Amino acid sequence: MGTKSSVFDMIGPVMIGPSSSHTAGVVRIARSSIKILGGIPDEALITFYNSFARTYEGHGSDLAILGGLLDMKTDDANIKKSFEKAKENGLKYTFKSIGNASVYHPNTIKLNLTRGDRKIEVIGESLGGGIINIAEVDGFHANFSAQSHTLIIKAQDISGAIAFISSVIAQEKTNIATMSVSRKGKHDLACHVIEMDSGLQPITIEYLKSLPWVKELIYIPDIDL
Amino acid sequence: MSYLFESFIGWKSYCEEKNMALYESVIEYEVTQKGKSESDIWKNLDKAYQVMKEAVETGLKDDMSSRSGMINNGAKKVYNHSQAVLSPEFQKLISRALAAKEVNSCMGRVVAAPTAGASGILPGTLYTLQEIHQLSDQKIFEGLLVGAGIALIIEQKASLAGAVGGCQAETGSAAAMASGAIVFCLGGSVDQIFNAVAITIQCMLGLVCDPVAGLVEVPCVVRNASAAAIAYSSAQISLAGVGAVIPVDECVEAMGEIGANMETKYKETALGGLAATLTGQEISKRVLIQDIEILPDEELPE
Repeated sequence: MGTKSSVFDMIGPVMIGPSSSHTAGVVRIARSSIKILGGIPDEALITFYNSFARTYEGHGSDLAILGGLLDMKTDDANIKKSFEKAKENGLKYTFKSIGNASVYHPNTIKLNLTRGDRKIEVIGESLGGGIINIAEVDGFHANFSAQSHTLIIKAQDISGAIAFISSVIAQEKTNIATMSVSRKGKHDLACHVIEMDSGLQPITIEYLKSLPWVKELIYIPDIDL
Repeated sequence: MSYLFESFIGWKSYCEEKNMALYESVIEYEVTQKGKSESDIWKNLDKAYQVMKEAVETGLKDDMSSRSGMINNGAKKVYNHSQAVLSPEFQKLISRALAAKEVNSCMGRVVAAPTAGASGILPGTLYTLQEIHQLSDQKIFEGLLVGAGIALIIEQKASLAGAVGGCQAETGSAAAMASGAIVFCLGGSVDQIFNAVAITIQCMLGLVCDPVAGLVEVPCVVRNASAAAIAYSSAQISLAGVGAVIPVDECVEAMGEIGANMETKYKETALGGLAATLTGQEISKRVLIQDIEILPDEELPE
């Protein structure tokens, strides 16, 4: 049996209809992705898989994903106007539907986003009740919910990297909830995805960034904040 | 207080022991288990009720037509119709439950209480209750807390999700929350509140989740209206002291048992019931996206 619910899971959340997995969850996937990208994209290729492939329009998931890409929160009444807002913000987008993709959760979205010369690919799953899992970032396994504080570090695959990063986090008395590390190959690029119960100070983040073997660091506080 | 919100009988004896009102124990739970402050709880309830009232009013004022076309300003038509089948109050109740739920179907802002699919029931019932009986907002907030306690127990003993327990889990639970809140707000005893919950569940048992084209529109919207009516009929029966015979905890267990044995095609999959009718399938063909690249069976996406 899972953790007991809050009163405000029963009377809440306040959200944009019609369905928590098709709107709230989708908005959260998009907002997590733009935190990884570093801002609102210029261009987005949005691929809906399996169950989402057929239903995304009827449930308004197309509006929800654009709303999230424009940094709207899950209860923003403007989500309904996302097509107009995308035009105003110069966001170019393409939708694609793919069925029978057996490796993904039934409600999966892939986002290929471009901002200036930065390009990212994010795969997100809407698990129901507005809960999400970011399954992959740029081909690396990620598996984070974006509901706690998340650190994504791309670094050279050197020995001791995991111990080093976790000891720096431990200095702040921050508890690590989940951690996943994957790499392209031996001594190639590795990706550390760390979910923490509380946030890190800017100075700690800057220190980690300054390490010569750290190639990229993205810090995502709770996406609903 | 780990045993709180595992059963109605446990909730009642806890409150009797501590000489507490039902709603006070819900606050205590949220403070001790979820680390919230009491003032934040009242603030959040105020916000939730505000959003509920806005949903009712928006649904009766703004254009409410869904992209599929199945929802098309029904609440307004009901509200403005010249003939009241029972009374003007009943007409308002029905149109308000429809209104808030239409807002949900048309991508407006709602409170999922307990779920988005049932988001018209508490707004419709409580808005109308407050108006008829001139209740304070504070009383309504307390009623919402009683409703939350009811939902916490149903979630533990059965389910609140259509995909797990069918429509009874969503609109049935919302109606049970509303009915308990109504009896509480009108001064009923704990037994009468729980009795109203039991009667409501008895009336909603077995309802399947069979949404046309998989959208939260048909029959979800009209079921929010009927659930609101059932919440009131159960409250009326219970306040008169007429018992449910089967105790509330056992009614919830029956709901869980029925949900567990319900076929998958009746649990939000849009494969059975109304979704599988000739017309349901035609609508589905029209509104669902057909331009899909289907991957071959063995090939995995890149």
